[in-house]
Amino acid sequence: MFKKLSDNKIKESIERNNGGYFNLHSLRELGIFIVFLVILAVLMILSPNAFARPTNLINILKQASINGILAAGMTFVILSGGIDLSVGSTVALTGVIAASFAHPGEYPLFVPIILAAGAGSFIGFLNGLGVAYGNIPSFIVTLGSMTIVRGLALIASRGQPVFNLSKSFEHIAGGFIFEYIPHLVVFFVCVAGIAGFILTKTVFGRHVYAVGGNETAAKVSGVNVGYIKVAVYTIAGFLAGIAGLLLASRIVSGNPTAGAGYELDAIAAVIIGGVSMSGGAGKWYGTVIGALIIAVIGNGLDILGVSSYFQLIIKGSIIIVAVLLDMKGKGKQ
Amino acid sequence: MSEFVLEMLNIDKSFFKVKVIDNVTLKVKPGEVHAIVGENGAGKSTLMKILMGIYHADSGEILIDGKRAEYSNPKEALSNGIAMIHQELNPILDMEISENIFTGREIKKFNFGGLSIVDHKAQRLETEALLENIGISLNPKSLMRKLSVAQTQLIEIVKAISLSSRIVIMDEPTSAITDKEVENLFRQIKFLKSKSVAVIYISHKMDEIFKVADTITVLRDGKHICTENASKLDNDKIIKMMVGREIKEIYPEREQSPGEVVLEVQHLTRKKKFRDISFKLHSGEILGIGGLVGAGRSELVEGIFGVARPDSGDIFIRGEKTEISHPDKAIKKRIALITEDRKFTGLDLKTTVAHNITIVHLSKLSKFGVIDLAKESRAADEQIKKLDIRVLSRKSMINSLSGGNQQKVVLAKWLLTDPDIIILDDPTRGIDVGAKRDIYLLMASLAKAGKAIILISSEIPELMGLSDRIIVLAAGRLTGELSKDEFTQENIMRYASTFEVANV
Repeated sequence: MFKKLSDNKIKESIERNNGGYFNLHSLRELGIFIVFLVILAVLMILSPNAFARPTNLINILKQASINGILAAGMTFVILSGGIDLSVGSTVALTGVIAASFAHPGEYPLFVPIILAAGAGSFIGFLNGLGVAYGNIPSFIVTLGSMTIVRGLALIASRGQPVFNLSKSFEHIAGGFIFEYIPHLVVFFVCVAGIAGFILTKTVFGRHVYAVGGNETAAKVSGVNVGYIKVAVYTIAGFLAGIAGLLLASRIVSGNPTAGAGYELDAIAAVIIGGVSMSGGAGKWYGTVIGALIIAVIGNGLDILGVSSYFQLIIKGSIIIVAVLLDMKGKGKQ
Repeated sequence: MSEFVLEMLNIDKSFFKVKVIDNVTLKVKPGEVHAIVGENGAGKSTLMKILMGIYHADSGEILIDGKRAEYSNPKEALSNGIAMIHQELNPILDMEISENIFTGREIKKFNFGGLSIVDHKAQRLETEALLENIGISLNPKSLMRKLSVAQTQLIEIVKAISLSSRIVIMDEPTSAITDKEVENLFRQIKFLKSKSVAVIYISHKMDEIFKVADTITVLRDGKHICTENASKLDNDKIIKMMVGREIKEIYPEREQSPGEVVLEVQHLTRKKKFRDISFKLHSGEILGIGGLVGAGRSELVEGIFGVARPDSGDIFIRGEKTEISHPDKAIKKRIALITEDRKFTGLDLKTTVAHNITIVHLSKLSKFGVIDLAKESRAADEQIKKLDIRVLSRKSMINSLSGGNQQKVVLAKWLLTDPDIIILDDPTRGIDVGAKRDIYLLMASLAKAGKAIILISSEIPELMGLSDRIIVLAAGRLTGELSKDEFTQENIMRYASTFEVANV
């Protein structure tokens, strides 16, 4: 027998089944987390001695960190409905700048740090101006700046890597705290934590989502869309500057050709993490898991002796599967 | 041959064990216009989606010409003679009219399978004939991008005819077109009737239904309530059946007690949109703005709100001259704008009810830019309760709500800011009677509390039923002001069409 339900109850249950109460987003993110655990488990079984060793696990975190930092910035940009292709080149330029001011006995340590972060932020700021007030699609603005910045890096270094860096500069990325935890990992955790805080707890973060979710509605609701757009590219640029500094410190040189393709790894981490490519939906911790998955696969396949050529195929496949999941989730709503 | 072209017999459909269509039977005769009415959530669109093959009924069958029809997707429905003209049209904008009509079944010159060459000439000739046939003068070579909503709709109808469809479903076909275009649409419906095509007509607008429908079916809570000849029904009867109770007076009784002037607009002009508009708005007053679609009403209030800046003219708020360059400034001056189109300008469909409600008010719910999440949740819950938004939780995704409830979310979001001046641009478009009534009551109580309200509406009865005073715009100019005792449909229409011819 069909029991008579009140209007309210029927509507509520319909809403629930349409994905109101039963939140598809969280399901999808849970999905990617399970994928992550499965990959971990498989690798642990296949290689219990090498892969599962604590030093290797810490190593994975270390490998994830530079991409993770870039991906955190990329998360802001993609959530706002844009994309930033210039971060890889920015890594190179800021690395060269930092290295050039990090020769032993020349400048105090804060000089290369400030210059790298400042240069990165400035590039991001210009990207933001182009997108927000030039009304140029972000893909095009940052495709242009990607090429320009790469040129600047090559000019600044005369096409040669910058060597001869101070020990203290090398210590920025190369050092450990509590003997085991690399500085890189500490940076990654801090950046992810701060990004997560900003995105979930602050008015600014909510406005980033609002701009990506529906720009016109955001404007009508009093959100300063232009300011938000400039800000997200500046954040991405700033974090690219930090990543450039850390990379230069880690490889103990400022290399003008470094960072090529890093923007794509960062975008991949964000997408695998379930952030919508059209903006407005997704979670910061999705990006963290995305960056970890990329690192785990690279590390695990290395240990298993899979050729780096095959690794590319696996990495690419995972990106496509992640987007498929993303679209399925949307199609059901 | 059966008497009916379409019979949907004993259709059942459940989603996750909740029956949304409960043993519904619908029979449609050839050449009749069959209106289906019901509140949002009554099952109209689900039933139509079953008819189009988008959903599959759990039980029951569909007969076409008395024969059982089996199909499982819209394309197969189309080949069974069923075409649907959607509420939101999706033409391929950069294609010609002729290409649009023949998409997927192009006329070919040489048949090489997938590599066949499209015979554009033949398609255009065919299109021209079709257009002529129903008396529309459009060039088959025009791009879809260039057409108005109404013209795009007509092209859909042409397409349906060219497919020799037997049954044409029209879902809210007049929601985005002007009164004149509605007349034209009705002529086309008559034409379809003359060709023995059955038209299933879904609309919330009762006057239209009575104008066009031969038969009316009422659905409520997924059940069939009644099918009757339109001449045997009237407005009150239908509303009673739709809501299951009687709504005696849809517009609330109000006492007029306008206070001091809170908003004054002087000579406001924005090029090509509106020109030299001046009016005053008092506290406790509902000021209606009438006019045809495209008369510049929405543009005017957007100008006042800072969405698109006017070129010249002054705005005074409580006697003080105010520059409003961005909505942010308007919000600070305690103005609220409930925009015309909740999907495009009112809501962020990718997030939750709570986040939509609090977005304007976040600065007040935060300290040093950090949101007090507990406070935010409380504020959202309060609004949900106050406005009786039917939703399971504040965390529900906004797109899981019905149109009426989504509209209430838009209202909730603006009322949270406690505005003094509230501008409502077509606040009841496409929502059901019950939700409409809720919004009317809310407006009355806001006016009583001393808020100043501007109401834009395309439905003249609504405008007359709620406003204390009406100003009318035509072709971007203010053409008339009516006090309550001058309210008649004719007066408003006369002012609304004053400049229409001159401006074209």
